[in-house]
Amino acid sequence: MLRYMTTEGLARCPGLRDAMFRDRAAQFSDRLGWAVAVDAAGLERDQYDALDPLYVIWEQGCGRHGGSMRLLPTTGRCMVNDHFAHLNGGVQVSSPVIWECTRFCLAPGAGPHVAAALMLAGGELLERQGLDHLLGVFDANMERIYRRIGASPEVLGSAGAGRDRTSLGLWSLTGGARARVARRAGISPALSQLWYRRAFGAGSFCLQPA
Amino acid sequence: MRTGLERILETVERATAPEDMQVAIEALRDSFGVRHMVYHWVSAAGEQYGCGTYGADWVARYKARDYLRIDPVVQGCLQNFQPVDWKQLDWSGKAQRAFQADAIAHGVGHQGFSIPIRGPNGQFALFTLSHDVDDVTWAAFEQRHSRDLILIAHYFNSKALEFQPGRTPAPGQALSPREVDAMTLLAMGYSRAQVANSLSISEHTLRAYIESARLKLGAANTTHAVARAISRGLIVC
Repeated sequence: MLRYMTTEGLARCPGLRDAMFRDRAAQFSDRLGWAVAVDAAGLERDQYDALDPLYVIWEQGCGRHGGSMRLLPTTGRCMVNDHFAHLNGGVQVSSPVIWECTRFCLAPGAGPHVAAALMLAGGELLERQGLDHLLGVFDANMERIYRRIGASPEVLGSAGAGRDRTSLGLWSLTGGARARVARRAGISPALSQLWYRRAFGAGSFCLQPA
Repeated sequence: MRTGLERILETVERATAPEDMQVAIEALRDSFGVRHMVYHWVSAAGEQYGCGTYGADWVARYKARDYLRIDPVVQGCLQNFQPVDWKQLDWSGKAQRAFQADAIAHGVGHQGFSIPIRGPNGQFALFTLSHDVDDVTWAAFEQRHSRDLILIAHYFNSKALEFQPGRTPAPGQALSPREVDAMTLLAMGYSRAQVANSLSISEHTLRAYIESARLKLGAANTTHAVARAISRGLIVC
């Protein structure tokens, strides 16, 4: 199922939380070779995890982590503006209706349906939080996965070539793309809405106290 | 309503002193027909600044009793960036229950909707509306107006940042090449569809460029943004 969690919510599910940080180490440090900090316990965490982000997690049975992403508003401190502005001609993106989406991570062995499920959650947030776009940084491999699930972002800029290409892009996930990711995830829009309401309550914006 | 709102936002835009924002927030409160509307900036050092329609006695009492430390709205919004309905917050503590009763006794209203704002360098502010209606009516109000209110909240905040003592001009005010392209074509009288088509981007992405340029230019709407871009020499047409 899809779970929407704050730092506070994660603290109540330490197993799921640590699995997410461990899978992030596997993806960003081991597989991609990015210069991210991995602690002695094998967990990857950075300064943006300390800014009370909103996490979306695909939870498999028994509290296992299948994939996740991390959201922060672009009006405050965020990773894209601090580290990836060069992909947008050196210009910062700052808008109350654009959230950044970083650390988009798939657990080892997780299929494209997990990426599609996370994108489906992105679509729910866009609609229900009154947003226009999600802004994200991704590598060439993720770009291929986004294309496969029918949710290619609009690329603002790239650096590097081939497998090493890193890009910045915007997702709007309107009608057609929403339907495609739902189909690819194998999740009905009704079920996705149910998961959203479980986290946020009916007709509200903020996470419910669990 | 829409034109009324734009007129009020232009008042905010023209504000040269915090007192002008007080006038604007009173007009906005009347325009939305709620009991109160408040913009509240809390610095890391615990200093408070803002404007709003709460009675002077309640504002003084809030400060004197140091309610900032226990107010569930402030404490709850510090960890979130999504708007919050006050009913979702934890009012169960003894101090919080007493605070709530005191607030209602001072005419704050029993319904509330607060928008957390995260600004540059860890800046934090809140934009709040409060009212006295039943739950269903309030939920419908939130649904109908949340997006406008989020934009208004950030608009107030950008203006408040300008009044911050010792402030250095915010970096990153330059328009990106794509934003310049979009604004230039709009200034030339192209429709949004024509601009999107000319730049080979979707109208959705175009909206993001326009919105971002609008915010950087501190403009109330697209027309205003185009005018400012021309007057500042950022675009040539």
